[in-house]
Amino acid sequence: MATATPEATVDKAALLEFLLRTGDNALVLGHRVSEWCGHSPVLEEDIALANTALDLIGQTQLWLGLAGEVGGRGRTADDLAYLRDGYEFRNLLLVERPNGDFGKTLMRQFLFDAWHYLLLKALKGSTDRRIAEIAEKAFKEVAYHLERSRDLIIRLGDGTAESHRRMQEALADLWPYTGEMFVGDASDAALAEAGVVPSPESLKAGWDEIVADALAEATLKRPADGYMHKGGRRGVHTEHLGYILSELQFLQRAYPGATW
Amino acid sequence: MSSEWPLWEVFIRGQHGLNHRHVGSLHAPDAEMAINNARDVYTRRNEGVSIWVVKSADITASAPSDKGPLFDPSNSKVYRHPTFFDIPDEVGHM
Repeated sequence: MATATPEATVDKAALLEFLLRTGDNALVLGHRVSEWCGHSPVLEEDIALANTALDLIGQTQLWLGLAGEVGGRGRTADDLAYLRDGYEFRNLLLVERPNGDFGKTLMRQFLFDAWHYLLLKALKGSTDRRIAEIAEKAFKEVAYHLERSRDLIIRLGDGTAESHRRMQEALADLWPYTGEMFVGDASDAALAEAGVVPSPESLKAGWDEIVADALAEATLKRPADGYMHKGGRRGVHTEHLGYILSELQFLQRAYPGATW
Repeated sequence: MSSEWPLWEVFIRGQHGLNHRHVGSLHAPDAEMAINNARDVYTRRNEGVSIWVVKSADITASAPSDKGPLFDPSNSKVYRHPTFFDIPDEVGHM
């Protein structure tokens, strides 16, 4: 009485797509946050941001590692991170946005963390055991990321006139990149149907609530939902990803196979 | 900027049952952020199960110049150390 395992029943291409999207979000944001190393306003924040970046890069190894297995072409997490070109990356446009000032980095982190938290929480119940296990580990890290970024945007939003102004501007600037988190396609629908992942749309209500609560406490005004930029999830990126990859991939491109 | 933030002393409890130990200090605007910062600065290698923070300014310390009057007198009072008892062999290691 062999029951089909979920691994066998869902579409491999859809599963690979999901794993690349999730892994690439962690990789690109992890890289962005790591750019702060040595540049943060205070030592304590510098270390905290570096910790966040390291958590995300650790998660990248798990997601892209599984993507390599599922892809079945013998590619490792490193191959996927270092040897793909921009159009093969599947991260949200939000995470490739430039860091800006410290407040803007934290606002981007908060908007992403709130979504990431809900995604991982749902993934802990995935019918695919491998995904549930990665989510279990990553969820604990991301729960702390959210606690921290939420706390800091409230402090800065409800801080001085200058910090309030900067946070409101950061929010206005990043808001048009939040819509992409909640728009699914056919592969999302197929995986959601099989209980492997939550549908992107299903995360919207929870995200709205977390964001509304924090913004209210931060005395920040939620921007109106206008035009939303999309494309990252299907490989259509802004120019910023190219600059990220040229730095991230330089070593492996210039010295193929280099190890240390 | 950090000069405007007060200094906090950080105490970490390594395992259940052991005391909190002083591990260092850091700057933070308030206690809540001091805890978060302590988590990020001092528990990166799985060091702790509990964190205490206390404002450095709230600690009253003995003055180094008082060291003599405070501690030297006890040196000459050997009877305060329990070294005059014969321990029976059967007790073994105490």
